[in-house]
Amino acid sequence: MAQHQDRNGRRLVIAVPYLWLLVFFLVPFLIVLKISFSQIAVAMPPYTPTFSLGEGWNGLVAAFKELSFDNYIWLTEDDLYIRSYLSSLWIAFVSTVITLLVGYPVAYGMARAPSHWRATLLMLVILPFWTSFLIRVYAWIGILKPEGLLTVVLQTIGILSPDEQVRVLNTTTAVYIGIVYSYLPFMVLPLYSALEKLDGSLLEAAEDLGCHPLKAFWVITFPLSLPGVIAGCFLVFIPAVGEFVIPDLLGGSETLMIGKTLWAEFFSNRDWPVSSAVAVILLLVLILPIVLFQRAQQRAQEREAG
Amino acid sequence: MNRGPSWFNITSMVMGFAFLYLPILILIIFSFNESRLVTVWAGFSTKWYGELFRNEGLMDAAWVTARVAFVSASIATVLGTLAAITLVRFGRFHGRTLFSGMVYAPLVMPEVITGLSLLLLFVAVNFDRGFWTVVIAHITFSMCFVAVVVQSRLVSFDASVEEAAMDLGCPPGKTFFVITLPIILPAVISGWMLAFTLSLDDLVIASFTTGPGATTLPMKIYSQVRLGVTPEINAVCTILIALVTIGVVTASIVTKRQEIERKRAEAAAVRADEPQQV
Repeated sequence: MAQHQDRNGRRLVIAVPYLWLLVFFLVPFLIVLKISFSQIAVAMPPYTPTFSLGEGWNGLVAAFKELSFDNYIWLTEDDLYIRSYLSSLWIAFVSTVITLLVGYPVAYGMARAPSHWRATLLMLVILPFWTSFLIRVYAWIGILKPEGLLTVVLQTIGILSPDEQVRVLNTTTAVYIGIVYSYLPFMVLPLYSALEKLDGSLLEAAEDLGCHPLKAFWVITFPLSLPGVIAGCFLVFIPAVGEFVIPDLLGGSETLMIGKTLWAEFFSNRDWPVSSAVAVILLLVLILPIVLFQRAQQRAQEREAG
Repeated sequence: MNRGPSWFNITSMVMGFAFLYLPILILIIFSFNESRLVTVWAGFSTKWYGELFRNEGLMDAAWVTARVAFVSASIATVLGTLAAITLVRFGRFHGRTLFSGMVYAPLVMPEVITGLSLLLLFVAVNFDRGFWTVVIAHITFSMCFVAVVVQSRLVSFDASVEEAAMDLGCPPGKTFFVITLPIILPAVISGWMLAFTLSLDDLVIASFTTGPGATTLPMKIYSQVRLGVTPEINAVCTILIALVTIGVVTASIVTKRQEIERKRAEAAAVRADEPQQV
């Protein structure tokens, strides 16, 4: 009896979050997939459904014959979409590399700091991560805009003449700054946790044996911190590809990013089928990095569990 | 690592932290600026804060946001904790791979996709959009963050304590509330806080899933930011930053104190054991 109850309890614990994610995470994707195959209509909701599950198997077969690939064909015909995907991937890639270059020395310094400082330093990295994304991006507008703080500072120290202004806001450079700034904590935290575990005596041994510190870094420190590097890069790269707020607020009209394109397609053009198709392709583009990220996470978990 | 930091390390840390904090500091400073211009300092003033509290639209949005964040964080914490227990304690079961996939994927899923797909679900089932659709959307992505936070705590503590309780005849449900929950409580609390701030911050998912009468603060801020930088927005942001900072710092002090107490209790237990061992 008690055994039976245990099993039921266990089933319940699994079932509740499982069903929730199934209904609100997986099923919505299937709906997006379905709508991406339907036609736009001037109605509410603004699409003609391709098929409804109520018609059973025959309905399904009939529907497959009528599936419309128009939206996908449209995506290949207008080069706006392809350019958006490519430029999103490129911007995310460049930003990830810059974030790694900025974040690594910070994480390294934190890991070498005296242990009674570390909790405070960690807190200082985590704190901006808790502060609103929107607020942090907004803070940069005031700095980067033509009559903004950066111009004032550069004019005061004489790098710019009084009638010159910085032209950074509404350019891709501003998007890079925004992404690096917003995602830096995501990079520093996994790097720090990898570097903190590193055994300092390995480096001492290498140096005692005459290894140059820089070489010791490349041969010992960097390879051992690789799990942190991988986790950090995925945590920056994947969400950056689909970023909307940063390119919208800091980027200009020449900054194409797929999140922005999807948003415009949905809210301005009200073309739900095409925005669904954009989402499906974006997901396909990201599926490989997402699966790799999950694998890395699982392996890290198993290592920790011993 | 046990070696001290070099000058290079200290410089890179100082520059890194300056990069992280200067923009926020500047934003806070200019919220106290007398002038409407956000780049020219014209003297100290708190008038923008007064203006803020008279702005009814903004206040309404703040109230909606606080309610959404509280409800969604609370439900997400329960669901996320259950998900973490499932992943850590239940070993292999049918559909585990799919489940862990669904827990990790929302962590990195672009918000535009999550938002769009949930909206299409609500439209497909004809669910009236508004407060509850935003709450459901926020629960869905923040429960995964809670799951990860709680999971890391569950992995690090010894399951044999739970097994001992159950061997002595304690039912699993009671074991959870008497043994497991008190141990993982700090993680559960920080999971709740994380879910709360994630909900507080979210613009994209809320914009897709909201309906009439449920405009959240980030949506309000976003629509005003598009029109330009204003000291009122600086003031709202400063208040939000202050709230989050107080929350996070208090939580970390509480956790640290608990940790110290736990260590002291453990040390006392070891001392009490010693005479018997000798």
